[in-house]
Amino acid sequence: MKVLIKNATCILFEKGEKKANIFIENGIIKEISDTVKDADKVIDAKGMYVFPGLIDIHVHLREPGHEYKETIESGAKAAAKGGFTDICCMPNTNPVNDSPEVTSLIISKALKAGFSNVYPVASLTKSLKGEEICDYGELKETGAVALSDDGKPVSDSSVMRRAVEYAKAFDLAVICHSEELSLSKNGSMNEGIVSTRLGLTGIPDTCESLGVKRDVEVAALVDYPVHIAHVSAEKTIEIIRNAKKRNVKVTAETAPHYFTLTEDAVNEFDAYAKMNPPLRTKKDRQAVIDGLKDGTIDVIATDHAPHSDEEKIVPFEEAAFGITGLETSLGLSLELVYSGVLTMPELAEKMSINPGKIIGINNGIFEGNHANLTIINPDFEWTVTREGFVSKSKNSPFIGRKIKGICEYTIKDGKIIWSRTN
Amino acid sequence: MEFKKKSILDINSLSAEDIKIILDTADSMKEINERPVKKVPALRGKTIVLFFQEPSTRTKLSFELAAKRLSADSVSLAASSSSMKKGETLLDTARTIEAMKPDILVMRHSMSGAPHFLTKFLKCSVLNAGDGRHAHPSQALLDMMTIREKKKSLTGLNIAIIGDISNSRVARSNMRGLVKLGNNVKIFGPPSMIPFGIEEEFCVKACKTMKEALTDADAVIMLRIQKERQGANLFSSDREYSRLFGLNPDILKFAKKDVIIMHPGPVNRGVEITPELADSEISVINEQVSNGVALRMALFYLVSGGLKNESSD
Repeated sequence: MKVLIKNATCILFEKGEKKANIFIENGIIKEISDTVKDADKVIDAKGMYVFPGLIDIHVHLREPGHEYKETIESGAKAAAKGGFTDICCMPNTNPVNDSPEVTSLIISKALKAGFSNVYPVASLTKSLKGEEICDYGELKETGAVALSDDGKPVSDSSVMRRAVEYAKAFDLAVICHSEELSLSKNGSMNEGIVSTRLGLTGIPDTCESLGVKRDVEVAALVDYPVHIAHVSAEKTIEIIRNAKKRNVKVTAETAPHYFTLTEDAVNEFDAYAKMNPPLRTKKDRQAVIDGLKDGTIDVIATDHAPHSDEEKIVPFEEAAFGITGLETSLGLSLELVYSGVLTMPELAEKMSINPGKIIGINNGIFEGNHANLTIINPDFEWTVTREGFVSKSKNSPFIGRKIKGICEYTIKDGKIIWSRTN
Repeated sequence: MEFKKKSILDINSLSAEDIKIILDTADSMKEINERPVKKVPALRGKTIVLFFQEPSTRTKLSFELAAKRLSADSVSLAASSSSMKKGETLLDTARTIEAMKPDILVMRHSMSGAPHFLTKFLKCSVLNAGDGRHAHPSQALLDMMTIREKKKSLTGLNIAIIGDISNSRVARSNMRGLVKLGNNVKIFGPPSMIPFGIEEEFCVKACKTMKEALTDADAVIMLRIQKERQGANLFSSDREYSRLFGLNPDILKFAKKDVIIMHPGPVNRGVEITPELADSEISVINEQVSNGVALRMALFYLVSGGLKNESSD
């Protein structure tokens, strides 16, 4: 199978943006040049950008256990639609992915689905209980690319220290959901003006900054990198910025909702705007944007958290945390380019190169590399609708929002796994 | 005069004009409760469902009497005896109730925003009888009715609200309403009971001392200390609370001579207020309860379009 992408604006990093034709053969980028070669499939990418295939290192697929919310297939399809060639799925399934059996189940289901690559993230501790560490070596052999306690942070600092130390033996990435649970107990939204207005129990930003501080110090103690998930608060970003200055091995991600929305979106009790960490203030939102701009925040991930209406069409305090994100992430992130916060190559770093470095995947556009590519139409305008989601779940606070820019094609190993127009 | 609201979920969504109409209507309802035959036919043929997911004595009784005195048919449903015990969701329960065609649903729920959530799906009128820590509009309105009756005005007054502001839907609704009508509201309580940004959000003054809050007060609203919250370390002990944050004759000297004392009930005697003050002449706690029935009659009457019918007669 030969594919030619012609008239594309390619994001090549060191060389910046370059107008070229990309010739793909047998899943490999064979040539980036001005020449037009014969191909089985020709994509005219005039006016479009070709990005290294987008990588989302923070996704919740609900299989095994909660297939009514999302399956590996429906999630991988939503990922392909959103422009992601590769996603990492968090271990908080039922059973928890703390064993090679669950890891290999996920991998085989994803292969069968055939959409985006799905890389399992295994749990740091057995059953996410925060007590005993898992068999990281065997998990890695089976295909896990990272370890995480997402959703149920390890409270005991000595367990966390040993977990990170043991992960070091296998060079596995550690992704931290950093939160001081004793302080966020019973909370359902950011503690601030809106929680005071609505009479909802607040989750102070300090819950996050305390957790991040602990995890950053564990990274320093063990001298091994940790990746901080879903950063939402100004205080947290300051801690990470300082840690990086001290050369502590830390990377960080945020999600589109944290640079797009604030706690005001919760008014009046909109459960679609409920997630953990919660939407915060305008000041925090600006700090997230500044952190993306100055490099404190390395990665944009979605924290894609599909939930059915049964968990979301309920009173706010009862509603589950989290929103669907794979299909809106690219469009919302492009707003950062249009508003001058990031350049196109910088966006490609946050959405592909940097997350790839954390899990050891390089989707860079260069001759000889595997052809994982995302072709973006920056001018296409569309509106987010409930019916438009291919994910099983529709829990998005962005329904009704107008977005500029969309993924036209997602190409994995030279194969088109998503095309917007057919 | 025109009252267009179909549901009353919180004070925030009422205008000052709406509040005045409600209070005026309640004043006129009050006389009915003094008659030997306490019943008028205003809401004959209307069905009112009282759906209380949380325990309540006075609010529920008050709504129920209000419905009966207007000749509406009222039935009440407690969550403990409903299908919610069997795992039915709130929305399904509410839809089931609505399928039986009530005209008004009166609802109390332990979660903030529960009635706002349901109102999006229901066609009938909804009256919020208290949701979590968020709002208790009928209580705030009966408090305002009582203050207006005693002070002959409801603007420019100094009103102190003392206690657990954080967890109080009564405080939130009173702050909104009283400030909306141009009163000066001062609040006081231990800092563990004062939520973030309260001054900015509610346009009230958060005082550093009880004395500051009470100085020149025309009315004092004491909030109930929820003993079940003691485990949360919001305060240390009943003893210390009553001594330093409770209302007693000594500290009350800083208020105006004709100050009135209010309490939404039930009172923890000897905790937030000394028994002699609760039973004294300046206490209007019983008037609040009496006015509550009239006020709730007014709410039923108004959301049923009562005023509109009058003008077309």
